[in-house]
Amino acid sequence: MEYIIEMLGITKAFPGIVANDDVTLQVKPGEIHALLGENGAGKSTLMNVLFGLYQQDKGVIKLRGKEVDISGPREANALGIGMVHQHFMLVDSFTVLQNIVLGTETVKNGFLQMNEARAKVMALSEQYGLRVDPDALVSDITVGMQQRVEILKMLYRDNDILIFDEPTAVLTPQEIEEIMEIMRGLTAEGKSIIFITHKLNEIKAVADRCTVLRRGKFIGVVDVAETDKETMSEMMVGRKVNMVVDLPEQETGEPVLKVDKLSVRSQGQGHTKNAVDDVSFDVRRGEIVCIAGIDGNGQTELVHALTGLIPAGGGRIELNGQDVTETSIRHRNTHGLAHIPEDRHKHGLILDYTLGENIVLQSYFTPEFQSRGFLKFDKIYQYADKLIEAYDIRSGQGSYTPARNMSGGNQQKAIVAREVDRDPDLLIAVQPTRGLDVGAIEYIHQRLVEQRQAGKAVLLVSLELDEVMNLSDRILVIYEGALVAELRPRDVTIQELGLYMAGSKTEQQKGREAV
Amino acid sequence: MSEGKQGRKLRLNYDFVPSLVAIVVGLAFGLIILLISNPAQAGGGFWTILTGAFRDLRSFGRVLYFATPIILTGLSVGFAFKTGLFNIGASGQFIVGAYAAVIVGITCPWLGSAHWIVALLAAFIAGGLWALIPGLLKAFANVHEVIASIMMNYIGMYLVNYLVLQTAYDSLRNQSMPVAASAIIPKMGLDTLFPRSHANGGFFIAVLAVIITYIILNKTTFGYELRAVGFNRHASKYAGINEKHGIVLSMVIAGALAGLGGGLLYLAGTGKYIKVVDILAAEGFTGIPVALLGLSNPIGILFAGLFIGYITVGGDIMQLYDFAPEIIDIIVAVIIYFSAFALIFKGFIQRRRNKLGGGKIQ
Repeated sequence: MEYIIEMLGITKAFPGIVANDDVTLQVKPGEIHALLGENGAGKSTLMNVLFGLYQQDKGVIKLRGKEVDISGPREANALGIGMVHQHFMLVDSFTVLQNIVLGTETVKNGFLQMNEARAKVMALSEQYGLRVDPDALVSDITVGMQQRVEILKMLYRDNDILIFDEPTAVLTPQEIEEIMEIMRGLTAEGKSIIFITHKLNEIKAVADRCTVLRRGKFIGVVDVAETDKETMSEMMVGRKVNMVVDLPEQETGEPVLKVDKLSVRSQGQGHTKNAVDDVSFDVRRGEIVCIAGIDGNGQTELVHALTGLIPAGGGRIELNGQDVTETSIRHRNTHGLAHIPEDRHKHGLILDYTLGENIVLQSYFTPEFQSRGFLKFDKIYQYADKLIEAYDIRSGQGSYTPARNMSGGNQQKAIVAREVDRDPDLLIAVQPTRGLDVGAIEYIHQRLVEQRQAGKAVLLVSLELDEVMNLSDRILVIYEGALVAELRPRDVTIQELGLYMAGSKTEQQKGREAV
Repeated sequence: MSEGKQGRKLRLNYDFVPSLVAIVVGLAFGLIILLISNPAQAGGGFWTILTGAFRDLRSFGRVLYFATPIILTGLSVGFAFKTGLFNIGASGQFIVGAYAAVIVGITCPWLGSAHWIVALLAAFIAGGLWALIPGLLKAFANVHEVIASIMMNYIGMYLVNYLVLQTAYDSLRNQSMPVAASAIIPKMGLDTLFPRSHANGGFFIAVLAVIITYIILNKTTFGYELRAVGFNRHASKYAGINEKHGIVLSMVIAGALAGLGGGLLYLAGTGKYIKVVDILAAEGFTGIPVALLGLSNPIGILFAGLFIGYITVGGDIMQLYDFAPEIIDIIVAVIIYFSAFALIFKGFIQRRRNKLGGGKIQ
């Protein structure tokens, strides 16, 4: 048996687009097989076919050399195929253990038998080094632990073909290290892994072989050890990609954003500590200032207070010289502030609205799109078409596509287009490239730099160290709600920056104990 | 762009399919009950339900009469659904609106030819005020609107009973006094079209309400905001929409529509009075299946209301076939009940279509 799973000549079409066009994927037992491609290249579609969520129009799937028909996730599970989705499928109000057994509970006389399940979960957790607290509520645990719960779910069901859909997109650098270690451990125990990603570093680090897709077509399969990153990137994008951002020297202008002793109370219940504590900084015209830090150190609360989503607990926020600490979100939106939010599904888009309706989310009430309370739909869709053209947003039905039916990368492009085209003085971009492929990242980075060159102020919040180092004029390191360092990228190494972010190094007391 | 427009048209054409499926399933279950309860007469009885309302003009006029109030309560529930709220309080808003209409109808005959219009306006406003309370509680105290509006149903019912006793009581019949002739909604020609049927101009007002609601929801910035809040409160807040305002206004408009429904029924001039009994107004609850069957779309709600009026009239005529009135009520209820599953069929049809293509493009 040379291949454990084979997908041969898979074709899957949707209205307006062929998502998979004669794609072949062959995975050897015990290998980590990377599936590389841009957003919209058809990776997720292919995996959804394998997982039974879609039926292929053409092509066959073979498991251990035998042709199989996978009509749904239940069948996929029965065949030993498990999947960790990019957006986790967990019940927030259940404990870790309850989530793991959900759907395959052991029942005796109508009563749940959790003790056996607990023993099995603990054994698996031990065997694969997947640290979890079985009794913690999912809503209380970190994203990293949620992911380990998802992996345990697959192992609990005795799956041996594991699909990881962009597992690192939501993780911190440390957690990424950990998950890669876990993946290596899993293959050592005989599991086979399909690893969907567009991060070449990660493929280099863990994968054995790599299948590349581009625009729904099979481009090739390569041996990772013998192929360099540039080649793979070229295969994926179809052209050479320039990942180094060019930041021309330029004078900065007057400050657009001035933050003075800002504090924000923690939003969680029972927390008494400030999520943002006595933070002061400014962002000037013509510069990109980056807030760097590990997720959960107050970035979200800081941005929400700046944009008005939550009230400031103390201090002062000035936008273009005007005190906006107490003003409404709409006031800030119409006075020069634009915001690319961290969570594009929660804040950035109304998924049930069309792309066109989403494009005017903050401007539907302006005379351009409305008269006497009536929306000018032809103007709205014309404008949306213009942005689709200018920002290369791809979707099945143009500006009438429901936002829900767009790929993540194109959703993000739509948000970026909307925010940038409003011509703001200050652009707050929170993890704008999270989960995107190199082509889209390059594109979004270019837009941010354009804003800088046009004399706008850009406040970037990022967890990606490469992005922080590449793109910023100044770096502000946030740790436990306080700004602990202000650095210039050329004066600091990535390793040092990592130490600052982890709180083990501050400007005041260098070499403090690690926390 | 042309491709996009086409896609949109296609979607519109599919929209009513789940409702039709729901109706067919409901009718099938109705037939099963008929067969169990009275096999000999089942065929004739079922045929009567299906076609009874078309027997004569009078029957069809009665469809319009029955449909009028439930179109309004359906709009009320559907409007709230569209903005992400579940208005289960249409019953209370309906009866409060009815009382407001009746009391204006009794006490203000000096208004002359504007009398019935003012009385309907009173119903509209009273219903809106009644829903204001759950709206405020939801927006500012995060009290779930279902709990608050159920409470308001009972408060509304008992308050109206008390007020009728105090202000407009006909002690002989244990009901409200008749309204002045000037407060009765003009027939607007429907009495000549559908003789002896109770059909009256209220139906045209209901259609007007449907059209206005449709325009507000789909064409105005106000509707854009309300739907945005309904779909995604967080993104609406991010966009600078005052989502608390949206919630309150949405409840008030929903309540006003239900209140207007109460006014339309009790000013119809058909010998309908507010009874002083401890029973919640059924029209308010019927609004829920009407909204569900109409998939919360105002135009859909118009047809759903007509359909349920149609089935009700057909059921009445079925008494000719030896069916106990209770059985008829059960059958009509079953059909309505299954009609409310339109949403489930919608989900089912969408999943089928996703599977066969037309799903997310990755």
